[in-house]
Amino acid sequence: MWRSLVRLQCQARVALSARYGRARLPVLWHAADLSIATSERKKFYQDVNISQREDGLFEINLDRRKLKTPGGKLFTVPNEALAVAVATEWDVQKDTLKFYTMNLTTLCNTALDNPTQRDKEQIIAAALKFLETDTICYRVEEPPGLVELQTNEWDPVLNWVEKRYNVIIGSSSSIMGPQITEETKDTFRQHLGSYNFWALTGLEFVITQLKSLVLSFALVDRHLTVEQAVLLSRLEEEYQIQRWGNVEWAHDYDMYELRARTAAGTLFVHLSSESSSVKRKLLQD
Amino acid sequence: MAAVSSPLRVCRGILKELRALKGPEYKRTLAYNYVLDQFRKNQVSSERYCRAQKEALHSSQSYLCLLASSRCHVALHKLYHGKGERGPDEVADIVGLRLPTQPGGKGWEK
Repeated sequence: MWRSLVRLQCQARVALSARYGRARLPVLWHAADLSIATSERKKFYQDVNISQREDGLFEINLDRRKLKTPGGKLFTVPNEALAVAVATEWDVQKDTLKFYTMNLTTLCNTALDNPTQRDKEQIIAAALKFLETDTICYRVEEPPGLVELQTNEWDPVLNWVEKRYNVIIGSSSSIMGPQITEETKDTFRQHLGSYNFWALTGLEFVITQLKSLVLSFALVDRHLTVEQAVLLSRLEEEYQIQRWGNVEWAHDYDMYELRARTAAGTLFVHLSSESSSVKRKLLQD
Repeated sequence: MAAVSSPLRVCRGILKELRALKGPEYKRTLAYNYVLDQFRKNQVSSERYCRAQKEALHSSQSYLCLLASSRCHVALHKLYHGKGERGPDEVADIVGLRLPTQPGGKGWEK
């Protein structure tokens, strides 16, 4: 019985994250999170272990029972690092299972079950939509302090990404935003296409969190750390905080949540993309 | 641009977070052994410019950020959001009022 309960719980989480994942409405995110936060499950296991199957995939075992996804599939991940990280998420739960703290598990579930039944092209299209309304392309004209802050902090990253991908993005202070050329979109479409399905799931998650394709690419290319990317994504909020003061239960709460989600997404991209598996072979020499 | 933080500091940070999560028996967890193992393996190539090492350092920083932020997030959640709605007494108390409790009146039915 516990199994079906857990499955239901996870399903709600995946479905919600899928539904609200693409919406650019922080309020909805919040509502979704709070409703989940109130329903926690009792912890029903003691030991958490990982095991490798014959085909090289890793499984998570909770007291010798195998972990399953909300969709009923066997929970398998492609490499040891990810398996250890997921197992740790289950292991550190105390009396109740707080699913909203288990970001990596949620991402794996989403990649395994694909609850929205989207293929790679659809995910890429959804991710590219963020380029048209990219956070760091929209600039303000006043107050002068914020204008200066945006120019000083955002321009270097924007320039780095433009140079790295050899594209023109530009910024604008009009409500219409900058005109993104087809070539730029094609370049990013190709780069997004080079990621496998798992990495793409993670990357889209990071993009929806930061509300910025440019920042996300700078982050997964390791030009920025998670903390920097989150700071740049929340630049205006940080400016207002400096001016009007910090409210712990709103500002800090949001920031830590955003950091945790972004870090999970970034780690997920790195651990499930091709370069990581190459890295692991090098390390084993 | 990514801030260079020494691997040792990141490693210590991750172990500290694991300890905060798991308590004294954190040394027996999967993650403890795995993280130490990875950091030791990377030490070997630290003399040369090694792409793999930089990648590993960035990933470990992300992991540290994940653990630390989750901990802070849960703590704030517990403090401000985790209790559900307040009861009428408590709400009244916040604004310095009390619900009527006069004998025989409202609130004395049972």
